[in-house]
Amino acid sequence: MELNSKIPDGPIEKKWDKHKFDVKLVNPANKRKFNIIVVGTGLAGGSAAASLAELGYNVKCFCIQDSPRRAHSIAAQGGINAAKNYQNDGDSVYRLFYDTVKGGDFRSREANVYRLAQLSVNIIDQCVAQGVPFARDYGGLLDNRSFGGAQVSRTFYARGQTGQQLLLGAYSALSRQISLGNVDMYPRHEMLDLVTVDGHARGIITRNLVNGSIEPHAGDAVVLCTGGYVNVFYLSTNGQGCNVTASWRAYKNGAAFANPCYTQIHPTCLPVSGDHQSKLTLMSESLRNDGRVWVPKNKEDKRRPNEIPENERDYYLERRYPAFGNLVPRDVASRAAKKMCDDGFGVGAAKTSVYLDFANAIERMGKQTVEAKYGNLFQMYDRITDENPYKFPMRIYPAPHYAMGGLWVDYNLMSTVPGLFVLGEANFSDHGANRLGASALMQGLADGYFVIPYTICDYLAESLGKDKIDTSHASFKDGEKAVNDKLKKLLSIKGKRTADEFHRKLGRIMWNRCGMSRHKDGLTEALESIPKLREEFYSDLIISGSGEELNQSLEKAGRVADFFELGELMVRDALNRNESCGGHFREEYQTENNEAMRDDENYSYAAAWEYKGENDAPALNKEPLEFEHVHLVQRSYK
Amino acid sequence: MNFSITLKIWRQKSEFDTGRFVSYNLDHVSPDMSFLEMLDTLNVQLEEKGKETVAFDHDCREGICGACSLYINGEPHGPDRGTTTCQLHMRRFKEGDVIYIEPWRAKPFKVVKDLVVDRSSFDRIIQAGGYISVNTGNARDANAIPIGKTKSDLAFDAAACIGCGACVAACKNASAMLFVSAKVTQLSILPQGHPERYDRVSKMVSVMDQEGFGNCTNEGECEAACPKEIKKENISRLNREFIVSKVKSAFSS
Repeated sequence: MELNSKIPDGPIEKKWDKHKFDVKLVNPANKRKFNIIVVGTGLAGGSAAASLAELGYNVKCFCIQDSPRRAHSIAAQGGINAAKNYQNDGDSVYRLFYDTVKGGDFRSREANVYRLAQLSVNIIDQCVAQGVPFARDYGGLLDNRSFGGAQVSRTFYARGQTGQQLLLGAYSALSRQISLGNVDMYPRHEMLDLVTVDGHARGIITRNLVNGSIEPHAGDAVVLCTGGYVNVFYLSTNGQGCNVTASWRAYKNGAAFANPCYTQIHPTCLPVSGDHQSKLTLMSESLRNDGRVWVPKNKEDKRRPNEIPENERDYYLERRYPAFGNLVPRDVASRAAKKMCDDGFGVGAAKTSVYLDFANAIERMGKQTVEAKYGNLFQMYDRITDENPYKFPMRIYPAPHYAMGGLWVDYNLMSTVPGLFVLGEANFSDHGANRLGASALMQGLADGYFVIPYTICDYLAESLGKDKIDTSHASFKDGEKAVNDKLKKLLSIKGKRTADEFHRKLGRIMWNRCGMSRHKDGLTEALESIPKLREEFYSDLIISGSGEELNQSLEKAGRVADFFELGELMVRDALNRNESCGGHFREEYQTENNEAMRDDENYSYAAAWEYKGENDAPALNKEPLEFEHVHLVQRSYK
Repeated sequence: MNFSITLKIWRQKSEFDTGRFVSYNLDHVSPDMSFLEMLDTLNVQLEEKGKETVAFDHDCREGICGACSLYINGEPHGPDRGTTTCQLHMRRFKEGDVIYIEPWRAKPFKVVKDLVVDRSSFDRIIQAGGYISVNTGNARDANAIPIGKTKSDLAFDAAACIGCGACVAACKNASAMLFVSAKVTQLSILPQGHPERYDRVSKMVSVMDQEGFGNCTNEGECEAACPKEIKKENISRLNREFIVSKVKSAFSS
């Protein structure tokens, strides 16, 4: 497999402009001749479907939810970065680019990140024009806050509901295109296979989740915007429906999967409380603006937090990282929390959490100001834990949150399957081994609003005048059959254990062996235990109901089946990468201060895995990462 | 302390089935469970016995996606104010409680299965005009138009609507006016929404009527049920905007 990243030449600040000029165009009359399939309606999918339809393409758009307004982008709380420098604090496109590459621990593609930083400013303009109610100051201008991994305030926000407001913006643009007849919307439809003809993506097979019918859809290009896969850990901050199935079926049809082991564990989440738990709840990183993280200095300290005097508290982030303090990047903050708990300093009944304390902030700004800034988050904490965070510090622990890895894409966001584009969290390109806070919203919208409308032309222009393929083609029949067979297989097992139970078990393996820290021995063990559990899954699974109706158990089983295979690939990738970088922390490779130790000489590449068949190991392809602008150093936030 | 409860759940095979309450006893309910986790537990037990699980919509479980619904003991999203079903916890209940769980009850929200309803009518209302007509790439600098904090906060309060449909389910008229008014308020307060202001309200109200939603008779049930505490003052604004749009169109025709 050849990985051609198609990075344009020339100086980095000119690459995107040059590329926009160099790509082929499709004239307006011809755009009408193209059908584009967009899967997913989060920030990337919603913005892409709307923008492509505005240009004149015929768009078919699919989502698994009952409405395109509900994708999990909606749950993003804290904000969206943009290099506007409205605060006059020294921000610039270059600084955002630099921070993002450094934050990603030098494992992302420079040219992509630079473009992302350039486009960040357009996103804010676009969203404001759509009526997104960002926070403003009394002069009526936009307000900013700070986020981890940055020393400037460049994060735009809408209280603690930024993702919701941005998604509703994209949804409104999409709704407008639906009403104009430019987008056919298919809610409650799940993509279960990618259809390729002569190696090109030509359509998808979906299951109508209400009546179970399997339907083929043909198009001239397929745009996957199906999000991340950290639900492989079972417990994560993702929505219950988030899954890897669309990406995974694309992988099995030839799309390389890059850096699957790069997963982000978010530092500020509510700790696990019991076996019944179905998900972990995230508290926005913005809390680290004013909250201080600490544990008691004495392991045996059993006092309530408010009774522990200042000098007996260890504000370990401030101690270890004086320059960035509580605002170190997520991977660093998470690992530090894990270390404190592993060393026995954790708090709470099970000693598996750390304090996030607002007492100082409340004293400094007053309760009212704190409430205005973080009220909804405090309320959420109160509701879930039944503890009042205005009176006692919150207890937090890291939880799986985001996947930096994903399908490999070139500069045009096209995967290794021609005609298959991948946007947003589903691709791998911009965040390297660790994503900075408030950058996911930025990337999803940059990809959908401002990248794909340009780059898709380059591909489509080539197919002008060629024969159209419709769903009568044999490949669609084969795809339908494969999907039907797979569903029948799951339904016919009739064992004793639910998909949920298997998922929980798989999640435990993944969390223990391939979670916040990894070790060769644990990974090697996981390579045995995962296939074993998968075998049990295929012999002892039970699904109630049939395939011809709304059947949430069947949906879940199909997704868990794919998580098994993905989990194995993640472990393989983690085992291959004999270094620590960002969210991938191999215990064997750390500095004496327990920081991640990269091996640039041997691992400065994106690992793109290629599917080789049911019984063969996947092949590793390497895209070398070249750093011309950002100096490779060991990250320091001291 | 774990406890036992009795659930009376609405079961309905499909849109065409008549539906009925079915009773389930559930033991070992932990007070720390969320309401949906309690239903997960029931579903696991049903599935292990080879019985069909209870279908319900849910996704984020953080109170923001608007997918979860459920009429719990006669109240949309259950007994807690300003709280979605997914954020409701079992510590609100106790040993021996009987809990009735029903789908949203409103003619425009057809039951799809069990507790799952079809809320696509909400999407069609938004498609009628719940947006600002701006193509990607047409925007000017975000700070070009200052918007006073009070106004922008008011717009935000309205924009916080999650489109769950509790307002409709709570209303004896199945009115969607709180939902519609939230979007109309957001976009009519912000200067970016002004060019289409009156056209928008007229189109959205018209589709709202076509979809079969009832009128507002000022009961205030919607506001009480809204998990995002959207205020019914928005409905007054909707009415004002609507009247102005009618007057304007009368004079322009």
